[in-house]
Amino acid sequence: MTIERPDRAHRNPAPRQDNLDPALFGQTPSQTVGPFFHYGLPWKGGADLVGNSDMGARTDLFPPEHYKLNLNPQHALPLGEVIEIAGRVLDGEGAPVPDAMIEIWQANAAGRYASLVDDRTDLPLDPNFIGFGRSATDAGGVWRFKTIRPGPVPGPGNSPQASHIAISVLGRGLLKRLATRLYFADGQGNDLDPILNLVPAERRHTLIATRQDDGVWWLDIVLQGPGETVFFDL
Amino acid sequence: MSLIVPFRDPDAGTPPSRVEDYRSTLLRSPHHRPLAVPQTLSEVTGPADCWDRLMGPALSDLTTQHAGPPIGQRIIVSGRVIDDSGRPVPNTVMEIWQTNAAGRYVHIRDQWDAPLDPNFTGAGRVITDAEGRYRFITVRPGAYPWGNHQNAWRPAHIHLSLLGPAFATRLVTQLYFPDDPLIEIDPIANAVPMPYRQRLVCRFDIATTEPHWALGYLFDIVLKGQDQTPFEDDDHDH
Ligand SMILES: [Fe+3]
Repeated sequence: MTIERPDRAHRNPAPRQDNLDPALFGQTPSQTVGPFFHYGLPWKGGADLVGNSDMGARTDLFPPEHYKLNLNPQHALPLGEVIEIAGRVLDGEGAPVPDAMIEIWQANAAGRYASLVDDRTDLPLDPNFIGFGRSATDAGGVWRFKTIRPGPVPGPGNSPQASHIAISVLGRGLLKRLATRLYFADGQGNDLDPILNLVPAERRHTLIATRQDDGVWWLDIVLQGPGETVFFDL
Repeated sequence: MSLIVPFRDPDAGTPPSRVEDYRSTLLRSPHHRPLAVPQTLSEVTGPADCWDRLMGPALSDLTTQHAGPPIGQRIIVSGRVIDDSGRPVPNTVMEIWQTNAAGRYVHIRDQWDAPLDPNFTGAGRVITDAEGRYRFITVRPGAYPWGNHQNAWRPAHIHLSLLGPAFATRLVTQLYFPDDPLIEIDPIANAVPMPYRQRLVCRFDIATTEPHWALGYLFDIVLKGQDQTPFEDDDHDH
């Protein structure tokens, strides 16, 4: 008995649309990081932009043989004022969110971004500072970074922006990254900052970190409800 | 003076923050609409050309990270990272994490009754080439149950995380496989309205498949693009 190969005419109809269908071309939709990202994203030292500690990773959540991420390359101390920033991520009932992740992006002490797009060559780059960091929240919903206080960068119309750090919030239950900012309570020019001034006055405090007795700049990120953090449309 | 070239808004395929059927969104989705603000240097810049220094070298073969080969169907996933004008996004990092072939994560909070594989972690990282291409090798992940509702199962998926060229282009997504019956009953996949949900489904490709070795799948990631014409940041608000 011979088995004949089916000819094309007898194949099934075309499959339903997929990623490569030109009719569907457009931005890839966002999905949640889910609760199991800890062995895949936050690396040892990812939250320490200054020294060489293990800050940022949650190695308590998976066996050590499954740590495959960055082994925290050594670098020298960056220039500028060393600061620590921290806070909790809180849900709509005020409960801490233990499976969230915070990312920061910021300029160096001179106010220059380590990016080709920032072509202000009159300002120095710092070979020991990239300005990107990542911190998983701990069991109490707390994130924490050691970094450098960023210098001011220009805003729209070349108006000066006050010193700030761009923040992304990701986590289980967050279908899309939430974008916000951290400013400093004693920041020069906060009152003139072009972005802060677009925020309703009564909500501005949700973006402004205050200095605790231990010197840590603290800012809770409230996902929902009273005191909800201002998130930006990006 | 740096040129500010804003990145485009999310398109119609973007999911809402709150989805009734995905219970974890109910207390974690903001009540306020996100505030529209102009993009500044802070949003149009991002880390670049520093992936080794920042995150370490690429880990593009998830099947060779332990003493032996992992159990499961070996697959190749390949494609391009491009923007919504079709332009390649070169030298950008994509991070990868997934379950093993049985649907189990190495994470201690994942305790369902499926075996761990001592030869599989499921974490990887690739950098796109000058044409925005990437390729990684792994095993096909399994479906797994979750507590969202009675008899809830996630379709097999690979988590993908991209920074793209700027803070504004940050994207985390999930890749699904064609002909998986769980996709259409999954609240997370269905947070994306049809037909855009199908943008998350990869395509089996015989040309990417390697004879006697691994099945091949294609998946392109499309990031927000920029308007064609840059403008000085001192004469516009947008
Ligand atoms: Fe998952």
